[in-house]
Amino acid sequence: MSGLDKMRETFRRDQVWNFLMPRYTYEDVLDTSKGPILYLEDVTVSFDGFRALDDLTLYINDGELRCIIGANGAGKTTMMDVITGKTRPDHGSVFYGQRIDLLRLSEPEIAALGIGRKFQKPTVFEQHDVLVNLELSMRMDKRVWTTLSARLSGEQRDRIDEVLEIIGLKNEAYKRAGLLSHGQKQWLEIGMLLMQDPRLLLVDEPVAGMTGHETERTAELLTSLAGQHSVVVVEHDMEFVRSIARTVTVLHQGSVLAQGDMDTVQNDPRVREVYLGD
Amino acid sequence: MSYLQQYFQSDRAGNSMLGALLAIAILVPILNLAVPESSVFHVSTYTVTLIGKYLTYALLALAVDLIWGYCGILSLGHGAFFALGGYVMGMYLMRQIGDRGVYGNPELPDFMVFLNWQELPWYWYGFDMFWFAALMVILVPGLLAFVFGWLAFRSRVTGVYLSIITQALTYALMLAFFRNEMGFGGNNGLTDFKDILGYSLQSDYTRAGLFAASALILVLAYLLCRNIVNSKLGRVVVAVRDSEDRTRFLGYRVEYYKLWLFVLSAVLAGIAGALYVPQVGIINPGEFSPLNSIELVIWVAIGGRGTLYGAIAGAILVNLSKTWFTGVLPEGWIFALGAMFVVVTLYLPRGLAGLITRKQAQT
Amino acid sequence: MDHCSAVQKTFSRIRYGSRLLLLLFGLVVAWTNANSVMAETTGFEQIVQSLTTSKFRDKEKAVRELAAVQDKRTMPVLQALLDARLYYRKADKRVVIVERVDGQFRMTDPVTAEELGTVPKRKIKKIGINNKLRKLLKSKLASLSLEGPDPSVRLSAIEQMQGQLDESQYLYIKKLLEQERDDDVRSAMVAALALYELDNGSADQRIKAIEVLSGNLAQVVSNRLQALLEQDDLEKEVRKAAIKALDRINERLKINSIIETTFFGLSLGSVLLLAAIGLAITFGVMGVINMAHGELIMIGAYTTYLVQSVMPNYTDLSLLVAIPAAFLVSAIFGILIERFIIRHLYGRPLETLLATFGVSLILQQLVRTVVSAQNVAVSNPSWMSGSIQINAALSLTYNRLFIFIFAMIVFVALLLILKKTALGLQVRAVSQNRSMAKAMGIRSDWVDAMTFGLGSGVAGIAGVALSQLTNVGPNMGQSYIIDSFMVVVFGGVGNLWGTFVGALSLGVANKFIEPFSGAVLAKILVLVFIIMFIQKYPRGLFPQKGRSAEN
Ligand SMILES: Nc1ncnc2c1ncn2[C@@H]1O[C@H](COP(=O)(O)OP(=O)(O)O)[C@@H](O)[C@H]1O
Ligand SMILES: [Mg+2]
Repeated sequence: MSGLDKMRETFRRDQVWNFLMPRYTYEDVLDTSKGPILYLEDVTVSFDGFRALDDLTLYINDGELRCIIGANGAGKTTMMDVITGKTRPDHGSVFYGQRIDLLRLSEPEIAALGIGRKFQKPTVFEQHDVLVNLELSMRMDKRVWTTLSARLSGEQRDRIDEVLEIIGLKNEAYKRAGLLSHGQKQWLEIGMLLMQDPRLLLVDEPVAGMTGHETERTAELLTSLAGQHSVVVVEHDMEFVRSIARTVTVLHQGSVLAQGDMDTVQNDPRVREVYLGD
Repeated sequence: MSYLQQYFQSDRAGNSMLGALLAIAILVPILNLAVPESSVFHVSTYTVTLIGKYLTYALLALAVDLIWGYCGILSLGHGAFFALGGYVMGMYLMRQIGDRGVYGNPELPDFMVFLNWQELPWYWYGFDMFWFAALMVILVPGLLAFVFGWLAFRSRVTGVYLSIITQALTYALMLAFFRNEMGFGGNNGLTDFKDILGYSLQSDYTRAGLFAASALILVLAYLLCRNIVNSKLGRVVVAVRDSEDRTRFLGYRVEYYKLWLFVLSAVLAGIAGALYVPQVGIINPGEFSPLNSIELVIWVAIGGRGTLYGAIAGAILVNLSKTWFTGVLPEGWIFALGAMFVVVTLYLPRGLAGLITRKQAQT
Repeated sequence: MDHCSAVQKTFSRIRYGSRLLLLLFGLVVAWTNANSVMAETTGFEQIVQSLTTSKFRDKEKAVRELAAVQDKRTMPVLQALLDARLYYRKADKRVVIVERVDGQFRMTDPVTAEELGTVPKRKIKKIGINNKLRKLLKSKLASLSLEGPDPSVRLSAIEQMQGQLDESQYLYIKKLLEQERDDDVRSAMVAALALYELDNGSADQRIKAIEVLSGNLAQVVSNRLQALLEQDDLEKEVRKAAIKALDRINERLKINSIIETTFFGLSLGSVLLLAAIGLAITFGVMGVINMAHGELIMIGAYTTYLVQSVMPNYTDLSLLVAIPAAFLVSAIFGILIERFIIRHLYGRPLETLLATFGVSLILQQLVRTVVSAQNVAVSNPSWMSGSIQINAALSLTYNRLFIFIFAMIVFVALLLILKKTALGLQVRAVSQNRSMAKAMGIRSDWVDAMTFGLGSGVAGIAGVALSQLTNVGPNMGQSYIIDSFMVVVFGGVGNLWGTFVGALSLGVANKFIEPFSGAVLAKILVLVFIIMFIQKYPRGLFPQKGRSAEN
């Protein structure tokens, strides 16, 4: 980068200087006054010439609960990877609110801005107790020195108990996470997401491996979160999608095929052709 | 008071070890100095030095365990930090020789006179002062670890890649230190030390003092490490070991955590090296050899990585058996060492400590 | 000296040929034939025998006669006389050429080339010469070789004379030049004459001579030109011409040295390639570092040693036998390591690294105990020794050249194996997506074992090549593991072409840095460079893409 570019970069009007960015309070910087909290525009990701995302354009409104469906390999997980900073797109732009360019930030920075993610394959810290898993996820200053001297306050402890209650793992609080069942791990990961107290939740196939009853509870939980939070859910289970969705987006070969409420989408002939398979 | 009690109860094996360390820190010097040689309880100076050496190895093992056992970073180059600490101490000891060297030059160490150097290289300045050398014992390994770790962790070099480039690091340093032009005595390294802080290194009292210092510093380092691994930072570090990506998505800057721990570990290794050199009386480029670094990994593996006392026990055990083997059956040692690598990784992934805890769980 | 033995060899070949004739043409023909050989021999033998006289004048006469005989056996005799190696047995006055062996003298008959055994000094007597005779011998020998039938003998004779001609030799060579047919000999003669004129000619002659010499890379030419420039009273034109010629020579020397450095670099690169390519296969497919890889190379080298000691009389052949043998032995070791250790540590690369390191220690110590802790001597077959002379200042040794070619062959063979065979297909499938390959019914553990065997076998072959370049000892493998790994990482894991480019470029880079920094520093610099490189390109020059590379 030339000196001039650097200077321009430093004095960009649309951006807050990095050192002015508060470390873990993002509310002031996040500007959702125009409606959407997330703007994906013309995002393309290719692997060895294969386009996993192909000029994808998608907006998520603040406080919305959005379901994303699509066949295997449609690019749903890749889309989440792009939002959370794991994969860098070939081109396109990803903005969080109107001001924050996510493509310039690293994963921890993005997480610190209040974007939480649940992975498709449940990933928890298997060597740690359930309690510690939640403790580590808690929203707080996560710099090295503060972490070294961090102690749980009573308030934080209460919050953990609360979440343990929600995810139904109260009795397993001191169990090693590696010993949990698949469904329990899913719940634990949802719990970790809640502990982060994120503004935007990205949830990749949350009900895989859950019983019917658990699925219902998950649906309840996610709907209750919407409003305060914005939630993006990727799911295959059509029952589940129908039970929670207000707006559904269908991804196909890396771009949006159709969008609307469940009925509209289900009746769209193109969707029927490629996804629902009749 | 109850807080303290709880604190100590959490690591019983470690506490027994601390107790034992404190006990020998006091007892061994007394048995060496105050008990007459004819007595069965007398501990010879040779033994004092030998155990003292093991204690510095134990400190080194602790350093490796901290990053490997807890953070999953397998460094095959920790011997380099140990050796650097050793060289820094060696430079101080060299300067203490003054004009008592073979050539009687008050400024220049013998090997420089031998190479026809006219003046002291700039990087030797200040090493005649103990406080400066002590500072460098921390700064030199720390700085190298910082630069190396910053580059490596920032670009997310992990796993075997990291292991091998740490090995390459120590290999490169070894080659460099073998060169006479480096100004560290080339092949022969630094040796023929006379005294430390004004006390003769030949005296039994100095040796006992060095021994006690090694034991005490080991105890302090143990407490420090235990504090760290029991803190929230310790839990984050284990989380990094388990799933680095996940930790990142929770908002932790993994590379800083790794860097912090790596630097700390390197500094501990450097201190161990600094304690080692006055006791054995020599430091040479052989200490940088990749074999040394990988050997010390097996101490930790045998003791049990991920437990602090395991690392210490492993270092002492393996070195005891090395001393014994090389006395009785020198050829056998390499076979035994090789077999240890294989057996421990195949059958004892948690080391002896793991074996004991498993036994405890069964009963 | 060299051409002497060559002559002897030809000589014995002729004798061998005449024996064949005996068999082929039957008794009668053989009888006449043998008779004529005998007749010739008698004449030659008589002259040789006459050397035993104590009068120098008679010796001189014998020497002149010998030089006139036109016999291939002449030169060795004259050379031996000049070197004070011509003796006669006190017992029967038989003339012999001797060679000193452990304080004794081994005798050869100059006439029949028959070995006559070894005797102590007191049984024989030297045939002495004086200065006059020495001078005569030298000139006769020179002209014998200059007029001899073998152009290579003529060439080396004239090259030896370059720069030290006296006037009579100058004139003599000038005359010879008119009849000379061989181009190389001709240009050597022209150079020799020019060198003479440089010192003794007029200004014009000198300038002409300089022109002839410019571009000649022989050391003696640039020395002479240098010396010429140091003369204070040199004519301006001559000086100018000399400077120009020297510049041209230096320029060509520079190009030469670039070529030479590149050659050395490629040679080092091909060694790196051989060492690394096996690792590239195992690391690329299984994602584990086999720290015993260097020891598999060592085992290959020791196999070469063993094969050579089993067939001591067939050094030339033994190397060819050693290649498949080393491949097999190392492959078996590799498969054993895979079956007994690595297989149980799948998915735990760091543990695999440690366990295989243990194996490497055991293998080293095994060799130390079973064979020896010292280095062993592996001999080079005759076709690997010597070098090609590109020009006066540049020669490429055969062993490096062959090993380079060999590395290319191995590389191409591996490429073909991986591209064209069923095993190759399965290996690529497993390395790209293990679980998918498994689901498709590929027996991944069989593939693992075979891959490991292949990679290890190649390491063994590398050992054969290395045994021709470096010392073979228990520690020889150790230094290769870091280098090989660097090459693989530099080139990009899972990509044979990457390894190829990585190895050759690192080899060449190393050799080009060496002159400025010394070998050790060059090595350090390359290591540091790679450490920095991995920072920027963690996946190497030619990264493998895909999900497998992500995790
Ligand atoms: N790292 C990667 N390397 C190569 N291909 C990838 C990678 N990540 C995803 N893909 C490919 O991109 C496509 C989209 O994948 P993904 O986003 O996981 O789909 P979904 O989550 O919708 O099932 C798939 O065909 C997948 O194989
Ligand atoms: Mg997916």
